[in-house]
Amino acid sequence: MVSRLAGEDEMGARFPIPEFSEFLPRFAAFQEARKARKAARRDGDAAAVRDAQDALRSMVREVRRAQTDWARQTVLRRCETHDGFRERLVQFWGDHFTARGKAPLLREAQALYVEESIRPHVSGRFGEMLYAVVTSPLMLHYLDQNRSFGPNSAIAQRKPQAGLNENLARELLELHTLGVDGSYGQNDVRALAELLTGLRFTAEQGFRFHPKLAEPGQATVLGKRYGGPEPALSDIRAVLDDLVRHPATARHIARKLAVHFVADQPDPALVAAMAARFSETEGDLIQVYEAMLSHPAAWRRDGPGNVKQPLAFVTSGLRALGVGQAHLRRMDRRGFHQRLIAPMEVMGQPWQEPEGPDGWAEADSHWITPQGMAARLQWAMAAPRLMLPRLPDPRDFVEHALGSEAPETVRRAAGASETRWEGVGLVLISPAFQRHG
Amino acid sequence: MGNGLTRRQVLWRAGALGCSAAASPLLTPLSFASAPWDNRLVAIILRGGMDGLDICRPVGDSEFAGLRPGLSEGGVPLDGFFELHPDLADLEPLWQAQELAFVHATSTPYRDKRSHFDGQDLLEAGTAALGSSVGRDGWLNRMLAEVPGAVAETAYAIGREEMLLMAGAAPVSGWWPDLDITLSAQGLRLLEATLRDDPAMAEAMAQAVLLADSDGSGVIADSDAPGAAMTAMTGDMQAATSGKPGQAHLRIAEFTARKLREETRVAAFSLSGWDSHSNQAQSLRRPLRQLSQVLNGLRDGLGPNVWGKTTVIAMTEFGRTARINGTGGTDHGTGGTMILAGGALRGGRVLGHWPGLAEGDLHARRDLMPTSDVRSWTAWILRESFGLSQERLEREVFPGLDMGSAQGILR
Repeated sequence: MVSRLAGEDEMGARFPIPEFSEFLPRFAAFQEARKARKAARRDGDAAAVRDAQDALRSMVREVRRAQTDWARQTVLRRCETHDGFRERLVQFWGDHFTARGKAPLLREAQALYVEESIRPHVSGRFGEMLYAVVTSPLMLHYLDQNRSFGPNSAIAQRKPQAGLNENLARELLELHTLGVDGSYGQNDVRALAELLTGLRFTAEQGFRFHPKLAEPGQATVLGKRYGGPEPALSDIRAVLDDLVRHPATARHIARKLAVHFVADQPDPALVAAMAARFSETEGDLIQVYEAMLSHPAAWRRDGPGNVKQPLAFVTSGLRALGVGQAHLRRMDRRGFHQRLIAPMEVMGQPWQEPEGPDGWAEADSHWITPQGMAARLQWAMAAPRLMLPRLPDPRDFVEHALGSEAPETVRRAAGASETRWEGVGLVLISPAFQRHG
Repeated sequence: MGNGLTRRQVLWRAGALGCSAAASPLLTPLSFASAPWDNRLVAIILRGGMDGLDICRPVGDSEFAGLRPGLSEGGVPLDGFFELHPDLADLEPLWQAQELAFVHATSTPYRDKRSHFDGQDLLEAGTAALGSSVGRDGWLNRMLAEVPGAVAETAYAIGREEMLLMAGAAPVSGWWPDLDITLSAQGLRLLEATLRDDPAMAEAMAQAVLLADSDGSGVIADSDAPGAAMTAMTGDMQAATSGKPGQAHLRIAEFTARKLREETRVAAFSLSGWDSHSNQAQSLRRPLRQLSQVLNGLRDGLGPNVWGKTTVIAMTEFGRTARINGTGGTDHGTGGTMILAGGALRGGRVLGHWPGLAEGDLHARRDLMPTSDVRSWTAWILRESFGLSQERLEREVFPGLDMGSAQGILR
């Protein structure tokens, strides 16, 4: 698993998704059209308002269509890959660093943020990913950093209402690095928020550091002083580097990986081994994965495996059914939405729309609910018939989907069902298939 | 199998085939015993940290306008000191009817780290501190365990979100949205067999099967109608996902009212969107509209008789900073506001001790100082509504809580 990860990102190349930077010109054009509409409204030019309105609408329509195409690429990568661990890692880290758009066009662009700021780093260093995220336009937008001003910055002298916003600083400590049990306080949040001022993006230029918006002077985070009289991006880099080296970060990341990939209650020895490797290597992620996968506790079967989240459930279902690339590409956008995106939403995982910056819940109990199970059952019973001209014989399908370890009850159920579709559905809904092995 | 089998027929047939009901988790019918009491309780979790100072505005405090430029004008006068947020103006009739109240400057015991997720966990766990017991069960579930005769139908956790306050050993039902299950009787039995070794999945599926029929439309059909499952899936998916965005709360209020008119006595759901870090005047518009539609929708949906027995408690994980921040919003704070509503309430009052907004009166010089514990108010409502003893409330429902003296919150 780990050696593939060190190699080429084959799926990324075969099923491309643009990076967020490539999307910025579109966003800039959208902003321009909004300005044009505003100007036309001010001038009372009804025809111009209409034109601008039409332009805006067609841009939104276009990007919504593109969003479905990006979702399709994401699904295809998971269906076609021999390097499944990489796709799961991309999902994991994209979720760890959840960022969502809160405005038209940005709302649809999450996949592009993941492509640019997460995917290249899943086999690299944690610190590089952290820096990429903290300087990514979508994160600056999502956690309000793009609107935060140093209270004593040059700009704030002229605009007294401009001030600090703590949102990104708090989540950076609580979710992204130390974890909520890390020993930080409100003063650290505040000081980090001051240090982060100056991080900006614009539609025209993408990410930039603006010293004039930044809080001048020193700030003390976790007992260490950063910054000098002149604000500088290197001070932000320095505080991020120290956060990466902090033992609480190693523990937090190790535990979160173990919870996601091994079990809701991972063996403390496993977490300790991973945290130690994280610290020794200063966040070399391949090393941390290696520590996880080579640990006997990762392979012990003393409880049920983690429940697949809806995306993993649906895509592993497609793989098992052999719904191929050709079919997925042929499906029109509406069909793709109806068969895959809408069901995932009803299962509790609306496409790239987790409720908050903490992302999707890890606990199995969050996913095994009556509604979730009903939705999974419905999908298992109905979706295969919508996607395949002819369903496999359930007796073959059980071997194909679950291999030699297929539980006897599932084998029997597949053989005893009245119809092919029920037999196939029963295999998909079986605990052996719904849980990661 | 023949056409048009209803769930109950399937149950009967499965029974005739020799399935023992006790050993058959998918096929155990709900017990529809009469509810053990008559009053109703709705608990709403306002996720994201609702800015109580903006909802029920202390305009009579001389510091207020200075702390909140742009967020202090245009409110609806309540009692001379407090005003209601203008986007909640639809709730004024409730206030006039004394069916709406606020508790100011209240909070859970959670302090200083101001994390949404920990804050919500503590709010729903109802314990004094975060610790290993947090996340295991919630205060509303422990309350149900105190009432003899509570069955699954007695309490509903509604919505897509996990409701920790309802989790625990006492049986509760869940709903969102109604999904039909289409399976032959044979399929259902095989399903049960494949899930038997996985108790968590088996239990959730058993509830799903029962719920599928709860609105009368869910039918476990036969396999003679091959299109039924597909139609059901696409139909339900459409209903569940293509509703106008932001309308789910109306369906939740409607479902809650329907259930509370029948056997259900307790319901819980969440309303989110309160994390107003920037441009608060704009960003709170939607959650405020949803909140007022939900409260008015419950009153209308319950009808005067049941509404008269109902108390609604809306609570949040923490309040927000007293001062607005640099982006027209507010950051995570401490003391906040509970919203109470219902015909059972002695409303038209702002409860709680007002600590003042002068800098020295604030918590950590930034947040409204909490002067009471959210759990005490809640405990008194449970005491007055359901007759639970103070001793059980302080020991089992909110372990370690000192409820203080009687409050007379309800009529």
